[in-house]
Amino acid sequence: MSLFSFVRPIKSAPVARKRLQALLEHDRLLTSQSDLIRVLQTEVLAAVGRHVTVDPDKVQIRFDRNATTWTLGLDIEIPQGARATAAGTA
Amino acid sequence: MGRVIVVTSGKGGVGKTTTTAALGAALAWTGVNVVVVDFDVGLRNLDLVMGAERRVVFDLINVVQGVAKVPQALIRDKRIETLYLLAASQTRDKDALTEEGVAAVIWELRARFDWVICDSPAGIERGATLAMRFADEAIIVVNPEVSSVRDADRIIGMLDSKTVMAERGARMAKHLLVTRFDATRVARGEMLGIHDVLEMLSIPLLGIIPECEEVLRASNIGAPITICGQQSAAARAYMDAARRLCGEDVAMSIPSDRKGLLGRLFGRRAA
Repeated sequence: MSLFSFVRPIKSAPVARKRLQALLEHDRLLTSQSDLIRVLQTEVLAAVGRHVTVDPDKVQIRFDRNATTWTLGLDIEIPQGARATAAGTA
Repeated sequence: MGRVIVVTSGKGGVGKTTTTAALGAALAWTGVNVVVVDFDVGLRNLDLVMGAERRVVFDLINVVQGVAKVPQALIRDKRIETLYLLAASQTRDKDALTEEGVAAVIWELRARFDWVICDSPAGIERGATLAMRFADEAIIVVNPEVSSVRDADRIIGMLDSKTVMAERGARMAKHLLVTRFDATRVARGEMLGIHDVLEMLSIPLLGIIPECEEVLRASNIGAPITICGQQSAAARAYMDAARRLCGEDVAMSIPSDRKGLLGRLFGRRAA
């Protein structure tokens, strides 16, 4: 801390503004993202479930983002030896 | 049919109840019929701020559950005859509110009054979602402070997704009311400015209510500030906000209580 910080205290409003901007961006992404994840999870599981029996607990969804894109990762555990149960082949 | 407005914020203690009482009284002062409805079941306070705490016989829960009819539960203000209060229950909890019951009460109030102003509880739980559920418009009360702005942003998202209006595909009109504003601290860089808040929340500004000692005095004596402290900076700001709500074009200003040197010296001594 320099001597001058006593003379002229740091203005806190710009700090608040900066923190809030980052926070709101993050909050908004989270709320919109959670809806998207739910929809994707339901629809992908339904699509896979038409062919094999899927245990919902054995599914993992990852969601990452960088500046311009989102990455969706799906790990669906399928027991070895599972048989196709698609409507066409059943 | 009346306009149904929810006064909401997410965060507690920012001035929702003060605002509901102040705007309700300011609107009723012009002769239109106004009812203020307390949705804070279990922690009711609007009756206290309105000075009607000893006159509550039936409350919102009684009406929702069909124990009392709307006219039996309405409490007429002793100072403004077109101003009414529907109190919340102090003993029940928010689970006693049903969506169908609230819908029926709001429907009846809408037919009886020009303005139905719903005072939302803090938080984002059942009480708050039911208070906003059937509204036509919302007033979002925010302090120029980080947690209040963050919570307001969350509430705006809920107004756009969890209300009947949003589910019908319509966009709810929203008004931002900045309270406890201190122009001196903003000038010193110690408080978020109006433009900062507006830029982050991006909804139209209804008014700026300055930090004002009269607000506490009004709640102490149990009268809306627009009735008992009409000359105060906050009351004048609320009056302007009420006029804007009615569609009047009122220039945005921040009233101040600035006193002269003598007033300040003697004012301090008296306080």
